[in-house]
Amino acid sequence: MSTKRRIIVAESGGVSTVRFLDKKIVDSACIEQLGEELIALVTQEHRTNLLLNFDGVEFLSSAALNKLLSLHKKAKDQGGKMRLCNLRAEIKEVFTITKLDRVFDIRKTEADGMEAFKL
Amino acid sequence: MESSPTAIWGRTLIMGHQQASRTIQRTLASDTDQAHVLIDELIASLESEGWDGRDLFHVQMAVEEAIVNAIEHGNKRSLDKTVDVVAEFSAERFWMRVSDQGQGFDCTKLPDPTDEDHLECPRGRGVMLMRELMTEVHYNACGNSVEMSKLRSPAADAVSDAKGD
Repeated sequence: MSTKRRIIVAESGGVSTVRFLDKKIVDSACIEQLGEELIALVTQEHRTNLLLNFDGVEFLSSAALNKLLSLHKKAKDQGGKMRLCNLRAEIKEVFTITKLDRVFDIRKTEADGMEAFKL
Repeated sequence: MESSPTAIWGRTLIMGHQQASRTIQRTLASDTDQAHVLIDELIASLESEGWDGRDLFHVQMAVEEAIVNAIEHGNKRSLDKTVDVVAEFSAERFWMRVSDQGQGFDCTKLPDPTDEDHLECPRGRGVMLMRELMTEVHYNACGNSVEMSKLRSPAADAVSDAKGD
């Protein structure tokens, strides 16, 4: 398992819950590293059911959204599912404006997100 | 960088003449670390003017996208090119112009990132967010300078601490 600097991952009931260590996901190098760590979850650690918990994330840029899209595609290609939860209202609004709320399954709380894997 | 007639008109319109305002002007190297120091300074300055919550987030998003676009897509991170940033703001209004030294682009030719066929494509989302989150956004004719403004909402912080819907 590779060392992670941008995320913390916990496994429960076949779902990997991912938390972000950066409050602001904007720095180009950090976003690249975040993207690599997220993709490695699927390609190297074979985790395909991912719950991304955005608790504590205050801000993210469109470059970070692109990394989430890449991860989503990778997880789907491996037959997995991806859910998002705990988005602050302003970040949720970004997903709504860009219509990415149609691409991502967004749940209010971590418990709601875990429940959504049973559907 | 010469201002377009639209830019001058927009700045005058949005800032008015009676409003007490502050100006921050910088010439940045094509380096996003330097850019984020300026963005943090701008956001802290707006906070000290009383901006918060949703309005502050919207400005932060638009500023981030405009400056990073200028560095990465405009100047292609070329170390011999710079990005000029001018921001003028008060407790009620924010105006900014970001100009790079690239070839520019035709913003009308970007794919619509909300189109079903483009939803998962990476291009155009930053420019689209700027347009949605700010009151006004104008590009100059060649597309290497963008001017944007925002009027603060009357109840600005209604959702600042809310979670979810």
